[in-house]
Amino acid sequence: MDKFGFAISQQRQIDFEANRRDIAEYISEKEPSFRVCIECGCCAATCTTGNFTPFSLRELLILLKRGENDKVRDNINKCMLCGKCTLVCPRGVNTRNVISLAREAFQDRIKNAV
Amino acid sequence: MKKHVIVIGGGPAGMEAAGQLIKNGYDVSLFEKDKTTGGHLNEWFKLFPDRRAGSEVLDYYKNLISGKDLKIINSTVVEKVGQSGGSLTVSTKEGIEHTADAVVIATGFDLFKSTRKEEYGYEIYDNVISSADLEAMFRKGAVITSEGKTPKNVGFVHCVGSRDEKVGNLYCSKLCCITAVKQAIEIKEHVPGTKVYCFYMDMRMGGAYYEELYREAQEEWGVNFIRGKVSEVSESINNRLIVKVEDTLAGRPLKMELDMLVLMAGMEMSEAGKKLASLTGLKTGDNRFFSPADHHYGSNRSNISGIFYAGACTMPMNITETISHARAAVADVIDYLKDSKR
Repeated sequence: MDKFGFAISQQRQIDFEANRRDIAEYISEKEPSFRVCIECGCCAATCTTGNFTPFSLRELLILLKRGENDKVRDNINKCMLCGKCTLVCPRGVNTRNVISLAREAFQDRIKNAV
Repeated sequence: MKKHVIVIGGGPAGMEAAGQLIKNGYDVSLFEKDKTTGGHLNEWFKLFPDRRAGSEVLDYYKNLISGKDLKIINSTVVEKVGQSGGSLTVSTKEGIEHTADAVVIATGFDLFKSTRKEEYGYEIYDNVISSADLEAMFRKGAVITSEGKTPKNVGFVHCVGSRDEKVGNLYCSKLCCITAVKQAIEIKEHVPGTKVYCFYMDMRMGGAYYEELYREAQEEWGVNFIRGKVSEVSESINNRLIVKVEDTLAGRPLKMELDMLVLMAGMEMSEAGKKLASLTGLKTGDNRFFSPADHHYGSNRSNISGIFYAGACTMPMNITETISHARAAVADVIDYLKDSKR
């Protein structure tokens, strides 16, 4: 049967009620500096990974806060933990630890699921 | 006998306070650490947001204080204010003591030294300059690179030394955003055809007619605003500056080549003020500025009776705010001297 180019569009909006923000809450609790990020992008500008691959730490941090966890889980392992982002952050966010905690949280979830 | 008031600092705050105190019939001495009064205002070619000449405001001060019975003591650093038997003793660096019934501290601010943000390359790359350096170029009437050429692409970095935990300043200096907008327009005016880019975290356009000037910069002058904090500056093989930033709104890292980069230096508590605070026992805040007795209704009073604050020694302020704050300090001095039994 011919397809006429019609498709069902996926929802684009962030479904704030449906999204789970427990990973962001877990990180905030263990690394409170995560809360003071103002999305200036200094981390992403200095990031070696981000300059060569589609990886923006700034974007991942805001997605975590909104509970858009799928995109974060798929990307967070690209980070090489060099820590340059931590050096340049004007708000003093321990970005390196935030990433480690995010990885830990995703890992725990997988374990729990098993 | 007239009551004697000593004003420490001859910038806009000190001159305003001294001028108003004279009008109110006090015997006033003004101590200034530099050779002349005027402070930072002497360096500023034009003022935001109306871009009037800084010299017009200096002229206002000339009328306010010259020819009056004001004693101006230039090239003199005040180090300490002591209390002795109900009056105050002001000691200079040379150890000379002066007695006063009340003291107004107007030691102002120091501009953030941009060398402390080493990653921006100030005093490493010749074409990385500060907002004060650019103002000096405007004063001379020549905006040129270190090679003597007309810059074709100019960038402005907001928040240099402000809102930055790495240099120990969590506060917003409040005036740099509007100064960048003003200077961006002036670059366009001085060198038509130049492309100008402002790198900002937030545009803080809180003052009267600031937002309007921001709009004018976009609408009439074509200044570009890119939201992202510059992470580092380097130099290309042909001596052009390379800026690295994330264009946060596009969500991608951005690299740009520029002929000149202007760092919007923030405001810090002055070194002279710091010394005065520690030797006198005056309270300072986490931001290192003088901490007034109350931030709502006692912003001119210090923790020592008879000592008052005026202007940017308590927090970053523009000239309008400084003048208002200095006049308010005078009201507090009058109140204090009226009640005191000396």
